[in-house]
Amino acid sequence: MGASLSMSDVPTIVARVTALFEDLDFSTAREWKSAKPERKVIGYMPIYVPRELIHAAGMLPLGILGGGDQLEVIHGDAYYQSYICRIPRSTIDLAVSGRLDFVDGMLFPSICDVIRNLSGMWKVMYPQVYSRYFDVPQNYRDAIGGNYYVNELAELRDALGHLRGAPITDEELRSSIAAYNENRRLVRQLYEYRGAQPWQAPATEVYLVTRAGLVLPVEQHSQLIRDYLSAAAAAERPRHDNCRIVVTGAFCEQPPLNLIKSLELAGCYVVDDDLLLVTRWLTEEVPTEGDPLQNLAHAFLHHSESTAARYEPDAAEKGQHLVRAVRRARAEGVIFACPSFCDPALLERPMLQRVLRDAGIPYVAFKYSENFGQMQPIREQAGTFADSIKLWSAQ
Amino acid sequence: MNTTTTQQKTALRDVHKDASMRKQKAMMAAHYDRLTAAPQTGEKVCSTFVPGNLNELIDCFGLVNNLPEINAIQNGLRRVSGQYVLEAEKIGHSEDVCTYVKSDIGMMAKGNIAPNGQPFPKPDVLLLSYTGCFTFMKWFELLREQYRCETIMLHTPYLGDGTVTPNMIEYMVRQLRDEVIPKLERVSGVKFDIDKLRERLARSAQAEEDLVYVLRSARARPSPIDAYFGGIYYIGPIFGAFRGSEDALEYYRFLRAEVDERIAAGTGPVTPDGDMGVEKYRLVVEGPPNYTNFRQFWKMFYDEGAVVVASSYTKVGGVYDLGFRHDPRKPLETLAEYCLGVYTNRSLPMRIDMLSRYLEEYQADGLLINSIKSCNSFSAGQLLMMREIERRTGKPGAFIESDLVDPRYFSAANIKNRLESYFQMIEQRRSGAAHAA
Repeated sequence: MGASLSMSDVPTIVARVTALFEDLDFSTAREWKSAKPERKVIGYMPIYVPRELIHAAGMLPLGILGGGDQLEVIHGDAYYQSYICRIPRSTIDLAVSGRLDFVDGMLFPSICDVIRNLSGMWKVMYPQVYSRYFDVPQNYRDAIGGNYYVNELAELRDALGHLRGAPITDEELRSSIAAYNENRRLVRQLYEYRGAQPWQAPATEVYLVTRAGLVLPVEQHSQLIRDYLSAAAAAERPRHDNCRIVVTGAFCEQPPLNLIKSLELAGCYVVDDDLLLVTRWLTEEVPTEGDPLQNLAHAFLHHSESTAARYEPDAAEKGQHLVRAVRRARAEGVIFACPSFCDPALLERPMLQRVLRDAGIPYVAFKYSENFGQMQPIREQAGTFADSIKLWSAQ
Repeated sequence: MNTTTTQQKTALRDVHKDASMRKQKAMMAAHYDRLTAAPQTGEKVCSTFVPGNLNELIDCFGLVNNLPEINAIQNGLRRVSGQYVLEAEKIGHSEDVCTYVKSDIGMMAKGNIAPNGQPFPKPDVLLLSYTGCFTFMKWFELLREQYRCETIMLHTPYLGDGTVTPNMIEYMVRQLRDEVIPKLERVSGVKFDIDKLRERLARSAQAEEDLVYVLRSARARPSPIDAYFGGIYYIGPIFGAFRGSEDALEYYRFLRAEVDERIAAGTGPVTPDGDMGVEKYRLVVEGPPNYTNFRQFWKMFYDEGAVVVASSYTKVGGVYDLGFRHDPRKPLETLAEYCLGVYTNRSLPMRIDMLSRYLEEYQADGLLINSIKSCNSFSAGQLLMMREIERRTGKPGAFIESDLVDPRYFSAANIKNRLESYFQMIEQRRSGAAHAA
């Protein structure tokens, strides 16, 4: 679907992914689209959409994550009250300012009431653009939630087929599943590499490399990860006496890049996180044989990441994914970094904190917004947390 | 202090209420007595939510219904929610999130006392009917931590594209048949009897008919009811623990007769200060009210001769005025359709259509949005809704902000100021229109 993009050294790769990150005009996606007249781009918001379906239609899935700290929100504030989080207002700003005028469709996943309502706003503001609230089951029985989800996937598949003017075949879908299986495998490999040697793969770089996957064709992104892993392994970087932490709560509105950087500067190696979950939502390979929609549905029901937007039917299992993440990554603590006014993250937080307390895992919590600029308090808080971990572990 | 207490008691005694409001209050009080007596009577308790509540089904199993939102509202009206919210924040809940949740959590932390002064019983089952509000899911996960009881999830898909699809109905019916009913049987020890469900659904449909009659009576001039402040009393039984019961049937018959009397007499709504007097402004209101200063809030309207002729909040527990009735001929499908159709499960374009229609049908002067700080399900998108409804109808909109049960977010002077400006704007439009004619 896209040309190979092979790069050999870390600075070159980081420069490339930084440029992609800073490009609020989505020039790469625009170029991709303009290369062939039949090409279309489908935007999606956090937290999960089955990108395989978009890819199978020959379209580019484009992750829309708000405007970050580079966008001065001019129009968006007129659409939202002060107590609504920031990602919808900067997303509206991207649209109203024409930055999304090349996007042929938008998917709004089931994550919270704000993103859900944004789907309706899109229908009112851009009636000519295909848009859909993409609901997913909260019942995980194959005969109940699975059946519902297969039909929802079929509806989306039909709609995308209609948009391109030809139905999506099973073969196309299987091929896309294979491409995303490979991509998820590489993202997990990247996370494992960072977990093993976080001084070799700083959190900001891993974030930027992963985030590039939201704007690049999947094949290009997979190559980018391979290149980065090779380049990072070849570089020699100093190892600091940092503590190892897991960041959680940042699955929707993105923290400023400086915030991630500040954590490391404060003495924390980020060894796992819940940023950009769409890139590794399905935790196991999706079979490429058999009915592709059934396979995607089965994977969603039984092999999805745990997060606040998903109901946990088993009370005993609540929050255990975080404990497992800590153990797996050999982390020493957890940082709750939640966007202000984020219902899912902030309502979930006390439950996760209780689970961590029970497991004897230290944690600290703060809030941010995507345009948050005061890093000093974050550094102080994270630094104190890191110091306290070092002190406890020395006892 | 004694003087203040005496004044408060006098003020409470002086509150005017319709006979139906007094009846409603007695029903609610009786329900709380039944609920808090459950440990003694042996009745089992089911906690669930107002939007998408399955009262007929719950009643089939002999379970007593407990609604945390109603408890939070009661705490707001009784002015104790503020301390409960603070208590929840003290134990780690964010200042940013829903105050219904925090009022509930704080109340539990402070002894879990019901409005009748008795402790709430521990629920035997949490029926998480996940309809139109994401917070519900987290709320019951939080309660599950506390109560460690059976929790049943009923997921209602959102009407993002504005239609109920066969896939949605099938999904919900399967959940009801294969998850909800078997678990309720297990918890209650009562076998499911579909005929009992049909009987209750038939009673629901009749009560819904009378409720719709009452709500639509506001098309008259003057309106015999206030469909927001007064409407909250009217929806109490059917949105709460009484839908499907004989009590609800009787209440709505009684209410309908009361409204008929007012129509015949050509009188307007009864307010806490007595008859409203001359109707000067007719409004449609979007969003929930503030409960911590409910009477003060209402007074800002009736002092100015403003009556609410239609509201979206009185549709959160079911949208009946667009034609839906519970249908005993298809018991599970009708429960699914009911859940899917509640107001907060409707897409923004559907909400815009509904409110625009109200403005025309009820000959309203304009739309007022009371935007609630802690309710994203309602609030996110309301500014666009207002602009779109103004564009479609040519009628002016106004926007105020408050909160459900957190007194920190009720600024009386600010709201009053905005309302007065809004009424002036309506006057100016009227005089402009008169000059043009």
